Amino acid sequence: MNHQDHPTLAANFNKDAERTTWHDETLWFVRQKRDRAIYPIPEFQDLRTLASEIKDHTLSNLDNYLIEFEQNAIKNGVKVHWAADAAEHNQIVLDIIRNSCKVEGRNTRMVKSKSMLTEECHLNAFLQKNNIDVVDTDLGERIIQFRDEPPSHIVMPAIHLKKEDVGETFHEHLGTTKGEKDPQILTEAARQHLREKFVAADVALTGVNFAIAETGSFVVCTNEGNADLGVNLAKVHIASMGIEKMIPKLHHLSVYTRLLARSATGQPITTYTSHFTKPAEGKEMHIVIVDNGRTQQLGRADFRNSLKCIRCGACMNTCPVYRRSGGHSYDFTVPGPIGAILSPNIDLHKYSSLPFASTLCGSCSDVCPVKIDIHVQLYKWRQIVGQQNELPATKKWGMKGLAKVLSMPKVYNIGGKLARGALRVLPHGLTHNQSMNPWAKARELPDAPKQSFKEWYEENR
Amino acid sequence: MKVALFIPCYIDQFYPNVGIATLQLLEKLGVEVAFPMKQTCCGQPMANSGCEQDSKGVYEHFVDTFAEFDYIVTPSGSCTYHIKKHYDIIEQTPAVQKVRKSVYELVDFIEIVLKIEEIPVDFPHKVGLHLSCHGQRGLRQANASEITGVRDGQISKLLRKLKGIELTELDRNDECCGFGGTFCVAEEAVSARMGQDRIADHLRNGTKVLTGGDVSCLMHLEGILKRQNAPIKVMHIAEILNGNQP
Repeated sequence: MNHQDHPTLAANFNKDAERTTWHDETLWFVRQKRDRAIYPIPEFQDLRTLASEIKDHTLSNLDNYLIEFEQNAIKNGVKVHWAADAAEHNQIVLDIIRNSCKVEGRNTRMVKSKSMLTEECHLNAFLQKNNIDVVDTDLGERIIQFRDEPPSHIVMPAIHLKKEDVGETFHEHLGTTKGEKDPQILTEAARQHLREKFVAADVALTGVNFAIAETGSFVVCTNEGNADLGVNLAKVHIASMGIEKMIPKLHHLSVYTRLLARSATGQPITTYTSHFTKPAEGKEMHIVIVDNGRTQQLGRADFRNSLKCIRCGACMNTCPVYRRSGGHSYDFTVPGPIGAILSPNIDLHKYSSLPFASTLCGSCSDVCPVKIDIHVQLYKWRQIVGQQNELPATKKWGMKGLAKVLSMPKVYNIGGKLARGALRVLPHGLTHNQSMNPWAKARELPDAPKQSFKEWYEENR
Repeated sequence: MKVALFIPCYIDQFYPNVGIATLQLLEKLGVEVAFPMKQTCCGQPMANSGCEQDSKGVYEHFVDTFAEFDYIVTPSGSCTYHIKKHYDIIEQTPAVQKVRKSVYELVDFIEIVLKIEEIPVDFPHKVGLHLSCHGQRGLRQANASEITGVRDGQISKLLRKLKGIELTELDRNDECCGFGGTFCVAEEAVSARMGQDRIADHLRNGTKVLTGGDVSCLMHLEGILKRQNAPIKVMHIAEILNGNQP
């Protein structure tokens, strides 16, 4: 499918008004759950500041911390790999599998817990092309894997689907009864199905939530325990991490674990917070450290602190635009406000509409647990989109014209008078023509008064 | 104290009554207000659309118009925020710095500069307050629900003291209305939907008069109300504080 811009995809999403209501309310419910989890904690705002400052420090010394992490991980018996981009990452993963998981007469089997990085790298498609069977074991991820869809949210990847949709998918792929939509029955079907996959897996891949330089260990947070089941059963554990996952010391971790689940889902902490340090006897552990555009972002002074993101998804749940346009309308691995400031770094042309998929209301910045100034960065990306000539021509020239008018008071006064005059005499059908005036699709224009304020002032003061 | 009134372009052209109410209110409060006739706009429409560089001439014109005043008062949180926050791309001459510091949103000016905490006006109506995001989160005129569950702010403080008034308790106290400058046409579908949802919240909770500190949000919400023939009257906060009745 060709790439479509956000307004087009969002308008499509809104054609089903009832579903839009449901999507908005579902995510608002999560936002409110988050509110209830954070309001009673008096030091929550201090925690945000601290988390932000630790990340500031870490990003400023990222090279040193990455090296420290690598050295400590190697000491622990972990194999560390470095990938400059998605293609390198995918090839490294494939090479590890080919070297360490030799099987005869069948495809190698991988179980994978949720990892936005591997989504970003399109790892599944690559491995499947190379005869590796990949099964996503996070329930939401498994649902969308069956449906061959990308995630629509980074924490709740199948949040765009209703239980009826899941029932339909499971009927097709897992043989549940047609029309079955009971969440407990559907989840049980998924559990039974996934148990078989866990037991049979040769290799388990996880993401990384936090990598600790001081110890060379890493932490994976899940609610389903699927990461743990996978890595404890398979012979080989591969952990894929972006370079920005680093924190300096173990005692910094609790700052983030207190923030992460509360911000994400309103839980005090994720059900599983698993620390991985060294491979068990007879097993292998690999870490693939991935750049894929991150150092470029680190080099952009105005945007570097987007790398503080701990992928909680709170900015999506709070964003009034995301809630009413759906994750797929962003057409980028990470949707929502944070995606709209990460994506232009990857491809400014393709994602030029995303910094404009916002009213700049600032709710994202206020909800962000690591205090990324998301709405400020949206504004700044807009300027770069403008400077790089990626604005629609009507907007570009319209704005140039408007700027001229507004810097010349006399032209502005006369222009305003003429426009108001025209609005008053032209028929409603013309001023509210929906193909020419998108405003008028759902709204009336304001009445055009005879006198401007200036004209009134001249007469009355 | 030399005080200038800044009436933003769209208020000047489409909502002169808001400008008149602002001027009359300030006069009632004993402020001598000048209105420089060469004023136009703060430059925000272009800047938010990614054309900040094109706005420089408008910024300079604004500074040139208002630099001589101690205070610049405007019935718009959004324009105030823009001048304070985004006039950083022109050379920071003493005049530019002064203007950025001197500009006040009307209610902030009343409460912070004039130190007036109560205005003697009867307004026996059920009023729904729409917090503009630039006023609330930009100028920090009201608490944000992301930070605290306590709903309070500059505008509601003044409103609550009007005689006979009842304030609507909204389901979502500070959700954006979806205007967003050129967003309202570029992302028409989402923009309209956001506005419709705000209106539904006000209707559900009994608002009879909808008010706020930014005409831009109100223009968008009024457009939806009129299309729906919904029984809510829209008034800017300046009109209410000036004693106008719906």
